[in-house]
Amino acid sequence: MSGFFVNAALISLLTLIAFLAIRLHRLFAVVMLSGAFSLVAATLFVVLDAVDVAFTEAAVGAGISTILALATLSLVPANEKPHDFAFVPAFLAFATAAMLAVAVADLPVFGDVNAPIHNHVAPDYLQGSAEDIAIPNVVTSVLASYRGFDTLGETVVVFTAAIAVLLVLGGWTRRK
Amino acid sequence: MQDDVVIRVIAKVMIPAVMLFALYVQFHGDYGPGGGFQAGVIFAAAFVLNAMIFGLNRGRHVWPTGLNLLAICAGVLLYGLTGIASMLLGANYLDYDVLGATPQSGQHIGILLVEFGVGLTVASVMVALFFTFAGRLTHIRLMAKMQVHEEADQRKTKRKAKSTKKRARK
Repeated sequence: MSGFFVNAALISLLTLIAFLAIRLHRLFAVVMLSGAFSLVAATLFVVLDAVDVAFTEAAVGAGISTILALATLSLVPANEKPHDFAFVPAFLAFATAAMLAVAVADLPVFGDVNAPIHNHVAPDYLQGSAEDIAIPNVVTSVLASYRGFDTLGETVVVFTAAIAVLLVLGGWTRRK
Repeated sequence: MQDDVVIRVIAKVMIPAVMLFALYVQFHGDYGPGGGFQAGVIFAAAFVLNAMIFGLNRGRHVWPTGLNLLAICAGVLLYGLTGIASMLLGANYLDYDVLGATPQSGQHIGILLVEFGVGLTVASVMVALFFTFAGRLTHIRLMAKMQVHEEADQRKTKRKAKSTKKRARK
């Protein structure tokens, strides 16, 4: 029962922060709120027993992303430009949210053992990890060994992002 | 911020601790939460903190741009080459079983190498992103300063030209 209250408090806090971030026009405050959002999300992941994801969210979302956003903020004006209420984007956002809310009803209950996600390859990974790979953290064995290809792809994505940023902002020009 | 004694002293104490924690997260990822992505970000945070407190120039001095580019590429290459190594030893790409004496030790070696590659790339990418954004600001400031100086110089030369003209008329 206490778990329910913790979850309810965290999720309402997330919603509150999201609405505040939409309402505010001072970009510095919005950046700070996005950091707070990541921190609350990390707490939520800890409650869901996903410590590795929580760790990443806290380090990347609340840490480096906030700093990079602040560094960007030093290059752009401090306030959002005033603009009229945009109907089409608002309608699209609400329609997507409504469709997602309808789709949530069809999801299996959280932690349901009969859910498809728990019966595809997950049992092999969970039971095989101790023998095949013999390291205690199953997350690492899935990430680096069973799903090594995916992680290679992720690393290449990070690499590509850095190359793109360096090409645009790095100041590499042909010498005259 | 760069002149604040408290921040400077605390940063000097914190930076080695942050780096040590990053290494712990990197190499303890097999046993607890953590791994290359988190460790890379934490390791980069130490360099970002250093650059924020002691200035971008000293930050760049500690982690030169050329070395950084090399590290970005080396991480991805280490990951890819681990896969190639397992192929050369007769297994599938990124199948670490053949890298050690037993399949388990091979997996240990493979995961360690791969995670180190991820950590290296992520850390250097984060440092590169921060240095690029922060360097952009100093670049803009520098350009603005240079423009001011150039305008002043132009005014000077115009004045000189006028005075020489006057003299010539006389």
